Amino acid sequence: MTDTTISRTRSTPRVIPFELNGERISVTAPPETPLLWVLRDVLGVTGPKFGCGVGVCGACTSHIDGEAARMCITPVASVAGKRVTTIEGLADGDDLHPVQQAWIDEDVAQCGFCQPGQIMNAAAFLARNPAPDDAAIDEAMSDNVCRCGTYCRIRSAIKRAAAGG
Amino acid sequence: MAPRTPLPATPSAEPAAPTGPTLGRRRFLAYVAAGAGLTMVGRFAGSSAPAHAFPQPADVLDLSDILQLSHASNVMDFLIRITPENRVYIETPKAEVGQGITTAMAMIVAEELDARLADVDSQLSPAEPDRIVQLTGGSNSIILFWTPVRLVAALLRTRIVTAAADALGVPAGDLVTRDTAVHAPDGRSVTYAEVADAAARVTLPDTPPRLKDEADYTIVGTPTGRLDARDIVTGRAAYAADRGVGQALPTVVKRPPQIKAPVRSFDDTAARAMPGVIAVTEIPTGIAVTAETFDIALRARDAIRVDWGPGALAGVSDAEITEQLEAALVPSLVPTLVGDVLEGRFAFPYVSHAPLETNSATADVRADSAEVWAAAKSPIKLAQDVAEAAGLPVDAVTMHVVRGGGSFGRKLWSDAGLEAAQVSKAIGRPVRLMWDRNDDMRHSRTRPASVHVVRALLGGGRVLRYEHRMSCAAMDATHGLGEAITANGEAMFPGGFGQSIWHTTQKLNYDVGPVTHLLSETELHIPTSAWRSVYSGASGAVNEMMIDEIARALGRDPVEYRLAELTNPRMRAVVEKVAEEGGWGGTLPEGVAQGVAVHDEYKAAAAYLVEIDTRGPEPRVTKAVCAADIGKVINPTGAAAQLQGCLIDGLSVMLRAGLHVDDGAIREGSYADFRWARMRHAPIECDVHLIDSGEPPGGAGELGVPAASGAVGNAWARATGRPARRFPLMEHGGA
Repeated sequence: MTDTTISRTRSTPRVIPFELNGERISVTAPPETPLLWVLRDVLGVTGPKFGCGVGVCGACTSHIDGEAARMCITPVASVAGKRVTTIEGLADGDDLHPVQQAWIDEDVAQCGFCQPGQIMNAAAFLARNPAPDDAAIDEAMSDNVCRCGTYCRIRSAIKRAAAGG
Repeated sequence: MAPRTPLPATPSAEPAAPTGPTLGRRRFLAYVAAGAGLTMVGRFAGSSAPAHAFPQPADVLDLSDILQLSHASNVMDFLIRITPENRVYIETPKAEVGQGITTAMAMIVAEELDARLADVDSQLSPAEPDRIVQLTGGSNSIILFWTPVRLVAALLRTRIVTAAADALGVPAGDLVTRDTAVHAPDGRSVTYAEVADAAARVTLPDTPPRLKDEADYTIVGTPTGRLDARDIVTGRAAYAADRGVGQALPTVVKRPPQIKAPVRSFDDTAARAMPGVIAVTEIPTGIAVTAETFDIALRARDAIRVDWGPGALAGVSDAEITEQLEAALVPSLVPTLVGDVLEGRFAFPYVSHAPLETNSATADVRADSAEVWAAAKSPIKLAQDVAEAAGLPVDAVTMHVVRGGGSFGRKLWSDAGLEAAQVSKAIGRPVRLMWDRNDDMRHSRTRPASVHVVRALLGGGRVLRYEHRMSCAAMDATHGLGEAITANGEAMFPGGFGQSIWHTTQKLNYDVGPVTHLLSETELHIPTSAWRSVYSGASGAVNEMMIDEIARALGRDPVEYRLAELTNPRMRAVVEKVAEEGGWGGTLPEGVAQGVAVHDEYKAAAAYLVEIDTRGPEPRVTKAVCAADIGKVINPTGAAAQLQGCLIDGLSVMLRAGLHVDDGAIREGSYADFRWARMRHAPIECDVHLIDSGEPPGGAGELGVPAASGAVGNAWARATGRPARRFPLMEHGGA
């Protein structure tokens, strides 16, 4: 059989300035390049993980101007002039973000691969809804897959962070 | 290449043959290795002589009983080193894929050595091909290491105390070890590092090595968070595809639409013309594309035109697979026409392991050596495969076992590591090779599809005879463990490795008369692998669903029936516990019900109680309670995590997720259609109660899947009034 493939070419590279984890940078890339690959392969920022590439698993979740977004389906040009925060930029120096600390206190992680995305999603969610109930947690956190099945501990950690640790 | 193991794994000194009394069939050696500081290595004898070490006759200990306890006669060693910075560096010959072995090993060593847990650096050992087997599977790591690791740590502590006695001028018997230091009664102390060199030269310790009294434990048995938690939550934890960024080139493989379809011809003109594409390489599994970024590599892959030959299963779909599996069932001996026979027929689809980290590896193959980074659970096999592919002797291959993003049995196979080595050799550059999610669903490995027929002969208000026939797609075990067991003469059953595992794991601890479990396996060419809990994930769940149906047929309460008829007290205890903690027997609305199931394996037992609400658009597990007796618990937090994970596996497989085969291809491509449970499908809480039975440590990693699955099936059947027969239930509605 012969498969039908479409050659997916990219546009001409252009300079795209944005802020990454508090630092002003610019990259030269075709504008539609998924930000995930700019972060991982060009900038060496490997906290955001590749899990699906199509926005259904949440492993690459990071923040754009404080809102959770999936880096694998975010064109790099769309963050021009914006603030991008990855898991590497969530803590304030050595001081962990309350959500990171809650993740440690509840011993959430097993393999840990999905957790940067879970934490970034949870941090943005709590910024929006500082005292969520279970239904709100279900709604907000179901975009992220944890194959190890740490959901009960993720929920506990979110509640702990919401309660101020 | 940037990533390297922090310390060389092999100390340097002249080798000498191990000597000492042979106690029983096997020996256990612990020996001090020369070099900077103090390194002690524990090794099960029977492999080639330990290289570069000075064996000490006094250190030879009999551990034949421990080997009897292990599931296989694994020959592997581990290393404990006191560094000049007074750190305790340990290497474990296992993979870390989230099960928490690095934390548990650190806890055991810190406890026995009287070191601070914070002073321990717990790492994974690289592949050492002179080990007969270096394998992570079968939930046996703690079972295997519990006593030998403590013995080696105790020997090390004895040497340190002897050297400290000399340094402080105080009799060894008056010294106390605490917080990675030796303390004298007068308040003086020396750190372990300060006496490490002297301790390495100790020939006869002043005090005999004695294992610490378990009553004095302060670390083992104490809930402890993962030691690498901070690395994980800050994004610093590096997985295979995170290694060598900037040096190792992103590489993906174009794979066929059907499983195992060969390349007839291909046209890569458009791909090669794309800016940033570095190489296109044909490898046995497809066409590899190497580029400056994964974005470019993925697009170039899509631009390659391939004429594929027919796949290994062209024309085969789900219906044909079910037909073949049913035809292969061993006929039952319980006649359906005589007496009162209860029959249940069950069917499970193929299930992906679907670890969140897709198959990934980094490899650097040079003219005279090769280096590979992968989360391999069978790294010696990978090192051998890489050596063969690279045309190198196996000792020219350095195989780093790196942190893995989940496995569930998948990483027993390291296809990405081999592919990365093939490409690296072909293009003469280091590569980072990653499968995309579609590849990982459609060309990866699976839990074998299975059909089951169970017949129970009832009479006089009880079961007189019980038969379980399972027919499944053949489980591939050519990853190293099967060969090792065969080499050790432990393939006790005709029919090979699968039959050996089947017969050593299948049992039914109920008073139900004669029990037979028979397995038939059919080669169907869809790649398979052990999947967390191996056959028992399906067969154990089936047994527990039949127990509920038997109880119902006999007019008995499912929990009461179990407590009365279970012949294993550990199983009774965990059932009793979940019934109590979960509020079994309460009144629930129509459409809501609880289910209970229990399983024993891995020298442990676990029961689950789950409550399911079937009134909404999707069944929801609203509550779950687990009780487990895993013997001595090293880390209650880690053990509970494993049992909570098993619950999510159970509810996902029973209710939600399964693979389909259409014309020789897997239909599902990602988590959108392989509907693994998410937050909204998980119970709010999943309490785990660990019961201390005083038994030695058992395995917890896979233990929970059969009981969790059975409990979900039972709860669903009780909530809907329909027997659970075909899975996932959301697709088949039970029938």
